[in-house]
Amino acid sequence: MQRIGDAPGIRRLLISAAVILTAIFLLLPLVAIFSQALSKGVGIFWTNVSDAYTLHAIFLTLGVAVLTIPICLVFGVALAWLVTRFAFPGRRLLQTMIDIPFAVSPVVAGLIYLLLYGRNGWVGGWLDTHDIQLMFAWPGILMVTVFVTCPFIARELIPLMQAQGSREEEAAVTLGAGGFTTFRRITLPNIRWALLYGVILTNARAVGEFGAVSVVSGAIRGKTNTLPLNVQQLYQDYNTVGAFSSAALLALIALFTLAAKAGLEWHASRREAIA
Amino acid sequence: MSIRLDNIGKHFGATRALEPVNLNIHEGELVGLLGPSGSGKTTLLRIIAGLENPDRTGTRTPARILFGQRDVTHVHVRDRRIGFVFQHYALFRHMSVFDNVAFGLTVMPRRSRPSRGEIRARVFRLLEMVKLEHLAHRYPAQLSGGQQQRVSLARALAVEPDVLLLDEPFGALDAKVRQELRRWLRHLHEELNFTSVFVTHDQEEALELSDRVVVMSDGRIEQIDTPETLYRTPKNRFVFEFLGDVNHLEGQVHNGVLTCGDARLAVDLPDGTEELLLRPHEVRLAEQPSADCHLPVTVTSVSPIGAEVRVELEADWLAKPWLATVRHADFERLNLHRGERLFAHTRQWHRFADETAPAQTAPRAA
Repeated sequence: MQRIGDAPGIRRLLISAAVILTAIFLLLPLVAIFSQALSKGVGIFWTNVSDAYTLHAIFLTLGVAVLTIPICLVFGVALAWLVTRFAFPGRRLLQTMIDIPFAVSPVVAGLIYLLLYGRNGWVGGWLDTHDIQLMFAWPGILMVTVFVTCPFIARELIPLMQAQGSREEEAAVTLGAGGFTTFRRITLPNIRWALLYGVILTNARAVGEFGAVSVVSGAIRGKTNTLPLNVQQLYQDYNTVGAFSSAALLALIALFTLAAKAGLEWHASRREAIA
Repeated sequence: MSIRLDNIGKHFGATRALEPVNLNIHEGELVGLLGPSGSGKTTLLRIIAGLENPDRTGTRTPARILFGQRDVTHVHVRDRRIGFVFQHYALFRHMSVFDNVAFGLTVMPRRSRPSRGEIRARVFRLLEMVKLEHLAHRYPAQLSGGQQQRVSLARALAVEPDVLLLDEPFGALDAKVRQELRRWLRHLHEELNFTSVFVTHDQEEALELSDRVVVMSDGRIEQIDTPETLYRTPKNRFVFEFLGDVNHLEGQVHNGVLTCGDARLAVDLPDGTEELLLRPHEVRLAEQPSADCHLPVTVTSVSPIGAEVRVELEADWLAKPWLATVRHADFERLNLHRGERLFAHTRQWHRFADETAPAQTAPRAA
């Protein structure tokens, strides 16, 4: 007996299509990045990477990511908790609003922040009189990065927490556990894999964000230039190898993130097999 | 610990889940809350636990929950000293059986928390009691439903609660395990003598297990009585119908004879439309009608499993098929089989003037 949709011909066709498309659209560009970056030899690649401006860009990019993650973590957990554990008017609206950063183009997001917090903006004017500069400085970059990445963790948690329900937490409370104990010993262990997964996605996006950051950063070399912006700048300066060296760094971070994600998934599936 | 509820009602938004009710549960009693789904029984249980708050009422008759002499109306769940067994057990899935049972002890404030060794000893004593000490290191997902239920009971009892509350404790288990766990809970209750309240929609379970049963429907308490009283003298039609299978006979009474199609039954009732109710064991089957009783029926199914044979009967004059229980001896004597045409006789019937009126029972010589 043959199962529906399992004809050998179709299977071969689909598998080869998947392999070929993956190779053309994903693998080839990745190989190209590294071959371009290393086209003049490892020495040149190293000089490019250890360039003072590039080093600063690396530092800024990773710094912003490191600050973004805890903010998104607190925001995501709080939001998921609110949406899945409480019934209140506007809950559905809130759940839809979480997706705004996904729906809006990052460039538009950047522009909105510029309009609000820029020197001539609504809030920016007041901030300016108090000598606080957000736009064209690292706090601005952090703000738009948080905007762009804030749905990831909440998105991961909400379906999971909805499926798990609040029975275990109720059980913990009937046994005398306080709010924080319940969160630490019951809620957190149940969501930790989804949470880590959300953090990985957040990190990937925070490091790679270009559109929103390019609007608010001003791309001042050695000051507000992030790694993605650096790639573009170097490329426009006809420094192809330099651009690709920075791009290779970004790609490396991405690969590392993907490996972490795959490792987590492997771990989670193994855990399920045991349980 | 006795439980007393005064004027406890509950609305969820605009829907009324529970009309203000009063209820007294004595110390050491095992009380079943019985009702169809949506009758408010789980809401009532969760209010006793403190997982839901009762509606605020006017100042004259405030909503009050007393455990013994202690007013717990405004006491948080975690300080009420209750044990709660959830419908689907709600075991902590990431913890072993041992850690699940130990949880309540490990979250106690440091001053009153038992030592590590003491916790270990207590947990194993409880696991021994529920006969699961050999599974202490398993995870909930590796246990059967019945085992999970026992773990959740041990977990609830670990903190030595004043009252034990159980929400459909055996609902998700198969018939055999359920029977066994029921007997076991009854024993445990007699041994430890705590006050317990459990919710069920299974009449048999409620009647078998409880000292007293609270029958609920539509957010109201219909009757509170011992199982026997409840079954023998139901207060109203709802209770009667809910407590077992019921056969209906509706027709016109004229000159002491109730007629419905070609069915006739002599009754001692005034003229008018009447509806009579019969339990399956109040129906007798014979090959011939009698002078007082002419109820022709056809056998549509026969189920010989159990102490009695269950026979389903249909007829043109019946809106819904009847159910009759027949002794195995009679079953063989009558040679009952599907498609056979027989006559039903009534040993006894019941009648309710309206929804809230008590039963009027008329025995008849069959």
